Amino acid sequence: MKTIKLASVSALSIAAASVAGSAQADDLTLCWAAWDPANALVELSKEFESQSGHNMSFEFIPWPNFADRMLNELNSGGKLCDLLIGDSQWIGGGAENGHYVKLNDFFDAEGIAMSDFADATVYAYSTWPKGTPNYYALPAMGDANGWFYRKDWFGRDDIKAAFKAETGRDLAEPKSQKELLEIAQFFQEREIDGKTVYGASIFTERGSEGITMGVTSALYPWGFKYENTPGSYDMDGAVNSPEAVEALEFYKEFYETATPPGYTNSYMGESLDAFKSGQVAMAMNWFAFFPGLYADPATGGDKIDFFVNPPQNQAGSTLGGQGISVVAYSEKQDAALEYIKWFAQPEVQAKWWSLGGYSAHNSVLNDPGFVDSAPFAGDFLEAMGSVQDFWQEPAYAELLLAMQKRLHDYVVADQGTAQEALDKLVEDWTEVFEDEGKL
Amino acid sequence: MSDSPASRAAAATPPSVARKIRGLSDRAIAWIFVAPTIFLLLAINIFPLIWTINLSFTNFKANSPNREVVNVGFRNYQRILTDSDIWLNMQATAHFLFWTIFFQVIIGFTLAYLINKKFKGNDLWTTIIVLPMMLSPAVVGNFWKFLYQPQIGLFNYIIAFFTGKDPSSFEMLGSVSLAPWSIVIVDTWMWTPFVMLICLAGLRSIPDYIYEAAEVDRASKLRQFFTITIPMVLPFLMLAVLFRGIENFKMFDLVVQLTGGGPGSTTELTSINLKREAFEKWRTGYASAYAIILFVTVFGLASIYVKALNKVKER
Repeated sequence: MKTIKLASVSALSIAAASVAGSAQADDLTLCWAAWDPANALVELSKEFESQSGHNMSFEFIPWPNFADRMLNELNSGGKLCDLLIGDSQWIGGGAENGHYVKLNDFFDAEGIAMSDFADATVYAYSTWPKGTPNYYALPAMGDANGWFYRKDWFGRDDIKAAFKAETGRDLAEPKSQKELLEIAQFFQEREIDGKTVYGASIFTERGSEGITMGVTSALYPWGFKYENTPGSYDMDGAVNSPEAVEALEFYKEFYETATPPGYTNSYMGESLDAFKSGQVAMAMNWFAFFPGLYADPATGGDKIDFFVNPPQNQAGSTLGGQGISVVAYSEKQDAALEYIKWFAQPEVQAKWWSLGGYSAHNSVLNDPGFVDSAPFAGDFLEAMGSVQDFWQEPAYAELLLAMQKRLHDYVVADQGTAQEALDKLVEDWTEVFEDEGKL
Repeated sequence: MSDSPASRAAAATPPSVARKIRGLSDRAIAWIFVAPTIFLLLAINIFPLIWTINLSFTNFKANSPNREVVNVGFRNYQRILTDSDIWLNMQATAHFLFWTIFFQVIIGFTLAYLINKKFKGNDLWTTIIVLPMMLSPAVVGNFWKFLYQPQIGLFNYIIAFFTGKDPSSFEMLGSVSLAPWSIVIVDTWMWTPFVMLICLAGLRSIPDYIYEAAEVDRASKLRQFFTITIPMVLPFLMLAVLFRGIENFKMFDLVVQLTGGGPGSTTELTSINLKREAFEKWRTGYASAYAIILFVTVFGLASIYVKALNKVKER
């Protein structure tokens, strides 16, 4: 009898312990794109695992399939992701279609203040409708489109002299878009160390968002606006303004005269490859890649330097980056919210930056040592001061694909004029907003 | 008692089941066997088709479940049929379809004719020739992307060797005039062996005595080719054209890997465009109408073609 009692007590204890364990520890899955910062997040999250007892799993999707894969997941009410670091443009659809959990009450209860994060990132990554205090994400990864170049080539006397002789000015980081093109054209098909090199690699990708992200990096400095009056969807005269036409013509000239042959469908990966293989003097890409580029043994270190997207009529950079959201279909929302609470802490944000993630927390960005903490940190701060994002409407995918088509038709396929491309874009976007009942 | 499979099956049937079956008519038993297939056909083919037709008259968007679904009549159809961009996609598809089939039939038949001759290493050559069609389209797409690379691509170097041009002076995938041909070349490389195999089956089905009779009648080799070989292989060839036509009408993976539909929309075939409308833009109603139009087109053309094929067979 004694043995039976003992066995019963032991069994009950084990059962109780396992129940308690399962109530405490959840298996959380965080979904994001597969890129350098994602690896840093895995490292960072180990601390959360040890503190909370939860297990973290990660689902990282390559960028070209990221939007397709994740939006399908959300639209089908999938439970794969408990936490999602989704692109800024998804916030409208995430909020209106009920994919993301609204975080206001949680932030209030936990004392998480949005004023602790950079204004531009809160506006871009967290709010819907835009600029209202309705939060669906915590700024997770600040990012913008920037530039990097071969500092060793820029520093060579023979190249400097040749540039001076050709242009009449010193070879240095460009201060305007037109200077940028001039430098790229100077390097185009130039012989350096017995090898033909090219000006710059820029975004021309057709399938997802590449060429739009590239062209907007020219449009924004020229003063591009999506609407004549914000919130009116009145686009004629703004999207196809003379400044926009000039900027688009500029990008086409850049593509035709200053990029390597064959870069007709290039995005992040191709840009990195072109630079790392020593093909180009300059390249555009997201700041997220800059820590990895700086650490590259072949073309990093003292061979590389960085600059913010140059202004033209005004400063302007294309916004990248993402906020972290709790997926409404997750059955582990409490644990997911716990992760967000942990992630929002200033000390975690500081570690996030040190590991290669771009924190948007003011305690990190306003730290006196921040600008000198990495060779691209100052540029990042400057870029985030003048970022502009694409539409974040629920119909953003339709708007994006229309722009991809019109831009690629004009820039790469050389069909029609810049004015025609932008006029058609206004027609496409008008049709989308009419379908959405917003016009 | 005989030991046939039927009697073994009858012996193995439990008495209770056997009693029930004995009470059923042959027609009822036939229905029992056919019913699962009919059910699957209805569930997997017919119901989605009817559902798609229904959706094609609405503004439904699968990614906006909270949005009111409105019946828009024939508006989706009207939009598609009057959209000049979609007609350009149709043209790109027609160009791809016509030239891939043309080259595959010519080269495939020629290869089959040569392989059909008895020579040393015949089997080895057959195996080598059919290798491309065994590869995954994604692999083939990536592989040819490298071959077409203007700076390091072997294809450009071969063309440059014969023409004296600079290899990086032309871009097979990036040029509006060359990109449609680049996808034709790859599809032809990959699928000509398929046409060859079908033609080979046709050639091997021709009995030797027909040629022997022709020899006795002193028919020339050329005459034998045009009056025996071609007519007897024609049904096989037409079947190959039908298969390749249907496959290439829905071509997606290979072209997406190679050009992504670009440059611009030069190689954006209808299937790529349809996928973008349905699963990237999420215009489900519109994409349903688009799919129905394509279905009717393929179904109509295939029906006409099958009738022609049957007439050729009857001859």
